[in-house]
Amino acid sequence: MTSPLVSIRGLEKRFDLSGNLLEQITFKGGRLRRKQEAVHAINGVDLEVQKGEALCVVGESGCGKSTVARTVMGLLSPSAGEIHYGGQRIDNLEGKASLPYRRKMQMIFQNPYASLNPRMTIQQTLEEPIRFHHPDWSTPQVRDKIHEVMHSVGIDLDWGSRFGHEFSGGQRQRIAIARALAVDPEFIVADEPISALDVSIQAQVLNLLMDAQESRGLTYLFITHDLAVVEHFGTRVAVMYLGRVCELADTKTLFATPRHPYTQALLSAIPKLEDDRPNHIRLNGEVPTPVNLPSGCVFHGRCPYANERCRREVPALITTDGGTQVACHAVEEGRL
Amino acid sequence: MTTATVSRWDRFRESFVWYSFKRDKVAIISFLVLLLMVLAAIFAPLLAPANPYDLAQINIMNSEMPPVGLDGADPAFPLGTDAQGRDLLSTILYGTRVSLMIGFGAVLLQAVLGILFGLMAGYLGGKVDAILMRIADVQLSFSTLMVAIIVGAVFKASFGNLMFGEIAIYMLIFIIGIAEWPQIARTVRASVLAEKKKEYVEAARVMGFGTRRIMFRHILPNTLSPIFVIATVQIANAIISEAALSFLGLGMPETQPSLGSLIKSGFDYIQSGSWWITLIPGLVLVVLVLVINLLGDWLRDVMNPRLYKG
Repeated sequence: MTSPLVSIRGLEKRFDLSGNLLEQITFKGGRLRRKQEAVHAINGVDLEVQKGEALCVVGESGCGKSTVARTVMGLLSPSAGEIHYGGQRIDNLEGKASLPYRRKMQMIFQNPYASLNPRMTIQQTLEEPIRFHHPDWSTPQVRDKIHEVMHSVGIDLDWGSRFGHEFSGGQRQRIAIARALAVDPEFIVADEPISALDVSIQAQVLNLLMDAQESRGLTYLFITHDLAVVEHFGTRVAVMYLGRVCELADTKTLFATPRHPYTQALLSAIPKLEDDRPNHIRLNGEVPTPVNLPSGCVFHGRCPYANERCRREVPALITTDGGTQVACHAVEEGRL
Repeated sequence: MTTATVSRWDRFRESFVWYSFKRDKVAIISFLVLLLMVLAAIFAPLLAPANPYDLAQINIMNSEMPPVGLDGADPAFPLGTDAQGRDLLSTILYGTRVSLMIGFGAVLLQAVLGILFGLMAGYLGGKVDAILMRIADVQLSFSTLMVAIIVGAVFKASFGNLMFGEIAIYMLIFIIGIAEWPQIARTVRASVLAEKKKEYVEAARVMGFGTRRIMFRHILPNTLSPIFVIATVQIANAIISEAALSFLGLGMPETQPSLGSLIKSGFDYIQSGSWWITLIPGLVLVVLVLVINLLGDWLRDVMNPRLYKG
């Protein structure tokens, strides 16, 4: 395998809940105590994105998939771990040094209603990034580039003088994609780009993203909770649970032979047309709070195969015969 | 290019602001009265029958003449004269000019300081936010007038009366501007906190734009509507503050009277029958502040989307 385009190593992100020093001190049982709490959004994620692929990250709400996306893009700084792009560490770059990577990495956001500046016309929205990253370009050059991206996402050139609020959600998402493409990125992080759209529009936008991938040789890190989209779009899939990757496999392999008990439960929940007697795997209880993480495997409290070792020891990602990487003691021991 | 090219004027005429303005009689009347007063103040040198700053035109023999329609009135002085023999109409026109200049100037200074500090506190957060907002709290805990009186008194004592008269207008703009900036800073900070979480700001950060560009080109335009509302009300407040200071003798000198110092200069004669020297400038001041406040109220209702449907 060639070296990956983006690699995420041992990434952790905690959000502090306890505030400043004064707010941390509590009086309990006759003694002053300092109490520190944090949400453990990501707890040691290792992922590698290969050039040209679409790596999908799936998981339920609050499992940390959006936090991974934001940390990769530098919107959040990691509490621990490293992010490398093309072999170069980028999570500690600041200001001017990070600019080349800003151009190569772009992001598409979830909510098209908030991701366009309401006081800027479409023309201005697309023009600003181009002029910012290519200060030496002439006006006709900038105009040609704008026309090229507008054309490639299928938006009318006449829309340039209008404002974002004059468009529908799907149109806005196209404009947001055009803005990301305007700086000729290599790598795009898409944070649930279609979940806020109408079902009829979702396919259009998805196809647009796939066309762009083909014609521009893009690499995607695609965050979603929609398994149908994953099957259609993803080269590989990473399943996350409570801030950890529990299974990572090729899309076909994962849907055909899910190994991790959580993935199995997740896939069994997909409704099927011919299913008159559904056979969902029912998980007991709820997702534990990310403030107090369970010891050992984060899934052990709800896993039907959990044993003593699962409660004690954090499972590492191991590669199985099928090429699937899975973090589960039961799979490793051959119990499952 | 048919429907796509709409001029700014067309856009404004189709906007909710214009629609609600057309239907609001109070707003229309207030706006017209304010426009009239602002124009009268701007063109005071052309409109006024006399120049109250020119000592050669003042005759002490004309002092305390009543307005036209009362016994002893002179048609040359339609609103009468003050205790120094100045034509009251001209003095009021010039005084309105001074009051409006101080009002707008002080609010301009407040807006510059308030927007700058509010944006910094809201967007940068953390220690910058804590320090700037504590300064604002300290400043707000003193009353504007108290600060202004102390500063004004110190300046007056150190520059002497003559020098103070020359710089008084800038002094008042400075004092009132400095004393009231936290009002605007807090409003700006609150709307920046709401705006900076939106995805278009994150999109700008992902593009690699610098902090300053994001603050001024992306966030500031989206926080302007509350600034407009606050600024309108603050103009009225600044004019009132100036009048109060002048009434206490710490504002504009009698040689270049504002509305406040005119009221004060007539106040000594109100018991001796020359009520017009105080009453007429007082009425002008009340009307001026009232129309600005009414416009501010209307603007607040328009800019608040929650009140759209009434």
